[in-house]
Amino acid sequence: MAHLSEAAVAKINEICDRYEGEKTPLMMILSDIQKEYGYIPLDVQQIVSERTGVSVAEIYGVVTFYSFFSLKPKGKFVIGCCLGTACYVKGAQQVIDKFSEILGIKPGETTDDGMFTIDALRCIGACGIAPAVSINGKVYPKVAVSAVPGIIDELRAQGEE
Amino acid sequence: MALINIKIEGIPYQVEEGLTILEAAKKCGYEIPSLCAYNHGECNRGSCRVCLVEATGARGLVASCVYPVNEGMEITISSPAATKARRASVELLLSNHNRNCQECDKNEKCELLHVARLTGAREGMFQGSQTPTTFDDLTPSIVRDTSKCVLCGRCVTRCQNAHGNGILGFENRGFNTIVGPAENRSFIESPCIMCGQCINVCPTGALMEKSEIDKVDAAMAAGKYVVVQTAPAVRAALGEEFGMKIGTPVTGKMCAALRRLGFKKVFDTNFAADLTIMEEATELLGRIKNGGALPMITSCSPGWINYAEYYYGDQLDHLSSCKSPHEMFGAILKSYYAEKIGVKPEDMFVVSIMPCSSKKYEEQRPELETNGLRDVDAVLTTRELGKLIKRSGINFTKLPDEDFDQDIVHDYTGAGVIFGVTGGVMEAALRTAYFVLTGKEREGVVFNEVRGFESIREAEFDLAGQKIKVAVTSGMKGAKVLLDQIREGTSPYTFIEIMGCPGGCINGGGQPYVREAFLPNEDDDILDTYQAKRAAALYSEDERQELRQSHRNAQVKALYDEFLGEPNSHKAHELLHTTYNKNRERFPQK
Repeated sequence: MAHLSEAAVAKINEICDRYEGEKTPLMMILSDIQKEYGYIPLDVQQIVSERTGVSVAEIYGVVTFYSFFSLKPKGKFVIGCCLGTACYVKGAQQVIDKFSEILGIKPGETTDDGMFTIDALRCIGACGIAPAVSINGKVYPKVAVSAVPGIIDELRAQGEE
Repeated sequence: MALINIKIEGIPYQVEEGLTILEAAKKCGYEIPSLCAYNHGECNRGSCRVCLVEATGARGLVASCVYPVNEGMEITISSPAATKARRASVELLLSNHNRNCQECDKNEKCELLHVARLTGAREGMFQGSQTPTTFDDLTPSIVRDTSKCVLCGRCVTRCQNAHGNGILGFENRGFNTIVGPAENRSFIESPCIMCGQCINVCPTGALMEKSEIDKVDAAMAAGKYVVVQTAPAVRAALGEEFGMKIGTPVTGKMCAALRRLGFKKVFDTNFAADLTIMEEATELLGRIKNGGALPMITSCSPGWINYAEYYYGDQLDHLSSCKSPHEMFGAILKSYYAEKIGVKPEDMFVVSIMPCSSKKYEEQRPELETNGLRDVDAVLTTRELGKLIKRSGINFTKLPDEDFDQDIVHDYTGAGVIFGVTGGVMEAALRTAYFVLTGKEREGVVFNEVRGFESIREAEFDLAGQKIKVAVTSGMKGAKVLLDQIREGTSPYTFIEIMGCPGGCINGGGQPYVREAFLPNEDDDILDTYQAKRAAALYSEDERQELRQSHRNAQVKALYDEFLGEPNSHKAHELLHTTYNKNRERFPQK
């Protein structure tokens, strides 16, 4: 655990403390860590393992099972393109492909400058405004392929502020 | 237990409440094909869908390994819907399986192939994508080949049941799911202790030991003076490789077979077990006298040593510094014995037949080398010896009973034999400690208190006014309890025996597979009783020995008189003792 800062170790322990006494605290701990840091690398999983008594292998299994958890840091902007049935028939595949083309990364990857991550999502429950894109919690309705460059420019401008 | 009424194929039966359909059917004389289920409940995930049957009150077909029977249930195994579904389950598994069965080392012991035959699975029924696979043969002990994995989860369960914080788990999702250490690392980059329990339960060739038969072949071909030694637990199980009943001791036939395989000398690791006791008992009494680190813990099991280094690097001074018996023997063979018979140590090649996969890792440890020569050059498991014998055209069951080579290092006592079972090292040490402390032999050599298969056993003995409290455990779950006590300073013990595998070496990761499907002549409860049966083979050999205490081994005495001086002497330390690595990282940075 050599490359975790003392502050990070303390924070992770503090998160584990929150669920002291819970019978099955793993999901809640991982969820808090994911929200706090944006990812859950192996050395963090080791601390959680020692605290919860759940094996590292099992924790790794949980982290890789749920797409909400991530092993690698995500970008400043996480572009979640819904590929649920409604969005898909309304052209969501072309939308996500356009994001990929402009940013030069595949779904699940992050740009080298740490600015953007593209996630392919299953139905986010916004079928009425398909195709929907959710970026850091903000939902963009009825996104046309032609609107994609503008969205990226807008985010870049925000990111440089 | 209350009895309930069920019907199978329309025939009424009374069975115990609470059984699964699979278990109930078995008791009534039916064999439902099943794959992921193992040892009534040790691993039942209902994941493979091979045991599907019809049962009244259930929607659709049910997995009989997890579905409980209830009053009035009518079960149909043979309906067209059930037989077709079982066959389809197996065909689907086969469609994502590396089917190089001819060359697969699990051939003849493969439960997937067995259920394929039982269900009548047809070739190539489903064709499509294959899950990306991992082949890991980086450790000297265990090979993981996920192209053969059926995701049954037995290895995951066994690893956790035996060792608590297991190192195997399911990772990724859906079709990409595989079983492996976290991050799909190699075992060598994870805190795997290489005990091989996962190999023993794996129904297919996904987990196997790494073979060293080629190394032995090469040494023979190069004209080396190849000497073999066998661990005690091997003789209690080798016969199983040739269809003999579990618990049949085959010491005589094993010696005969090894001689016919071309080994120049056939020795018994038990000689070195006696030597280990002389060193270890002396070390223990020295620590008691001089205020050394107590409790002292045995160091014969390389799986346990791996665990100690990974998890208790701060407590390693509690480990006995004794090398494990076969490593001691290697060092003695290449010094004392080589000199006596006029063979250059560098021309000698020492092969150990062990019940263990972790011994293969131990053999390669940098510490276990004397004067630039490896103490032991190759380790073969009991299963590999079985293969070697079959390959060489030897009809094992027809062999005469022969003995080990009679030479200056062949004698062994009953104390050495019982090293192969949990509690054995402790009992052997106590037999000698009693003598050293009191100057006389104890009446009755057996220490029943330390025998048995409970996870942790403890006992207290009065050895000439010296109260000694001891504990015995096997499997790392128990070890963790005892080591945490030591770390917290609350351990009440003077001496602790720890073996890596539950039950000790008789249940080692290199022992013959115990698979109900391939043991039609064993009792139904064989998975519960095989350890005790193998242990009984060793205890009976102990009883047959005229000498049952290590310190009465005349050849060990001669070894001290002529060569080593006395136990724990400077020379003994050079050859028979070792050091441990307190800096082993569990998950080294890649």
